[in-house]
Amino acid sequence: MSCRDRGDVDPQTLDFARWQFGLTAAGHFLFVSLTLGLAPLLAVLQTRATLRGGAPVHTAMVRYWGRLYLINYGIGIVTGLVMEFQFGMAWSGLGHTAGAVFGASLAVETVFAFFVESVFLGLWILGWDRFNRWVHLAILWVVTGTAYLSAYWILVTNGFLNNPVGYATDGDGALVLEDPVALLTNPSTLLAFGHIAGGALVTAGLFLAGVSAYHLSRRTEHHALFRRSLRLGVFTALPALFVTVVFGGVQLASLTTLQPMKSAVFRQDAAETARLQAELTERFGPGDYLPHEALTRGAGTVMMLMFALLMYGLLASAILACFPRAVHRFRLWHTVLMAMVPLPYVAMTAGWVFREAGRQPWVVYGVLRTEDAVSDLSAGAMALSLAVFGTLFAVLIAVNTVLLLRTARRGPTAPLSGPLPPPTPLVPPGPPGPPAGPPAAPPVAPLAGPGPR
Amino acid sequence: METLAIGLLGFFTAGYFALAGADLGLGMLLPLLGRDRADRDRIAAALAPYFLGSEVWLVAAAGVFIGCFPELEGELFTELLPVLVLLLAGWIVRDAGLWWRVHGGRVPDVMICAGSWTVVAAWGWALAGLLGGAGGLALATVAGVALLFAAHGLGYGALRLTGEPYRRARQLAGGPGRGQTFALTGAVLAALPLLAGAGLPLRENAAAGPVLGLLVPALTAFVPVLLAAQLWLWRATARTGPREGAARTTAFFF
Repeated sequence: MSCRDRGDVDPQTLDFARWQFGLTAAGHFLFVSLTLGLAPLLAVLQTRATLRGGAPVHTAMVRYWGRLYLINYGIGIVTGLVMEFQFGMAWSGLGHTAGAVFGASLAVETVFAFFVESVFLGLWILGWDRFNRWVHLAILWVVTGTAYLSAYWILVTNGFLNNPVGYATDGDGALVLEDPVALLTNPSTLLAFGHIAGGALVTAGLFLAGVSAYHLSRRTEHHALFRRSLRLGVFTALPALFVTVVFGGVQLASLTTLQPMKSAVFRQDAAETARLQAELTERFGPGDYLPHEALTRGAGTVMMLMFALLMYGLLASAILACFPRAVHRFRLWHTVLMAMVPLPYVAMTAGWVFREAGRQPWVVYGVLRTEDAVSDLSAGAMALSLAVFGTLFAVLIAVNTVLLLRTARRGPTAPLSGPLPPPTPLVPPGPPGPPAGPPAAPPVAPLAGPGPR
Repeated sequence: METLAIGLLGFFTAGYFALAGADLGLGMLLPLLGRDRADRDRIAAALAPYFLGSEVWLVAAAGVFIGCFPELEGELFTELLPVLVLLLAGWIVRDAGLWWRVHGGRVPDVMICAGSWTVVAAWGWALAGLLGGAGGLALATVAGVALLFAAHGLGYGALRLTGEPYRRARQLAGGPGRGQTFALTGAVLAALPLLAGAGLPLRENAAAGPVLGLLVPALTAFVPVLLAAQLWLWRATARTGPREGAARTTAFFF
């Protein structure tokens, strides 16, 4: 299909470029899952705090979860930079053949969504004591809205790669945009958007529930804050899980027409894969049109397994969360909730492997092969790039995890660094019902400050 | 439409150099202007509110590049791979340092300084490559670019810093006319990528088909909104400004 004279691209270059894309995309998405899910929860929390005229417990919730959100958000942005640049660096054949179609959605994403999101996030961080509280709330809603807009435009790009629509081929074999509406309403985009938005809410909901469970099981102070947060987390994650699985199910069914080979491999339908291999060979010439079978099937299976674990765990949790006594005292359940925090991450990663590895050997499905899209680089240059970004991402992920957990553990009033304040007397949790007397207004720490030194 | 697309690309790139040049330059001078933790807290407070809003100009420039000139973007970025790896690595290290500073320790400050130097060196290298210098000339370009970034950062520091770092920056930057000097370094920095990019065959490589006709007007129409949002961010900090409310600004995220 590509008419470019490609010479001989070293097969090792292709391998390194694929590893780099896979690892950086998966690494980036660990951050995205949580950020994307936390944003609307935070916006709802701040809306409630604003409506209640800044009630201490609500304000403390916004600040505590907002702090964790920002820690994760910052490094998420940093990892996203590599994603934007590596299209041109490692996959120049993609721009050559299909850039006139899929490049536009990346441009729109950066200017309309990411630019606005970054500036408004700056305003939100700055605005705590400076802006009118309604203005400050509106800013967070803009951040939330643009985050989802960003996800949509990225998925327009990704949806086109998975299911190219709305294009025509010009004389040189390059693609040009023909039907923008078809591109923007690509089922491969819209279904993935619903699936991922749901998955992000599951991730964030379980993060809220797991961290709250830690504090409740350790009987730390601020139990009113963590009781509310645990319930919000559980009651968000369960419905979000069903949304996720509905979109996932529809997507899986759509594969039989959009990507029949992936579907056949996943179903282990040997007769069908053989038939498709013959059909594709006839259509596109000789070649191996099967994705890596074990990887595709394994990733799909892991995703389903995570769904099952999450469903049972969350169904039980939703029942238990109705009983204040359990929320405060049931330590075994607290441990289970903590253990469930990583599951959505595993599911998300497996889902991406299933989607992206399962459509190989195509980078634009049925149009451009991955091997024809890789940049004409020496294996050494690509290996260097992979080594640099691989190392940096590993460090970023490790440090971010440590900082998230440490900050989460330190609780809402502790400074981010330096010695912890002396432990306050333990307030016995007050089941059943709300704790006796009005909860003491927790002294609210700055959103995140260097703290006293 | 091609002209407008080229204008957008130039606008975002020049904006990045003028704006992010200031915080990169200040990051380079971190150990020089900030001798102890409290000093460096002040410098970080002058950087923190802006760096996200500044670097996003480059993200937008890269977006416009891939959207409007996809083939050229691929060719150029592939050719520049080693420079871009260096640039991104420095960028990641610098930003991670800024985000992690609040958690304490000395490492983040080292990351901010080393990352800023790396980014600036990568820009010097890229500009030298685009301007066609080789050998000694290329090295001189890298050194000149680094000096320019540092001067811009210093000028920014002399305007926005507080306390002891402010005194040091003023001493180095000289007395009156600081505003003009800062504007001048900004203008030269903004002109650099335009000069270097002038030789690129952009017009010949604009995206085929109707995509430009849809994309470029939409992006152009949105530019005032972006500028307004940025202006709001600057004004929001200028009003309570770092000078008067140093402690308050430091108690902000970083």
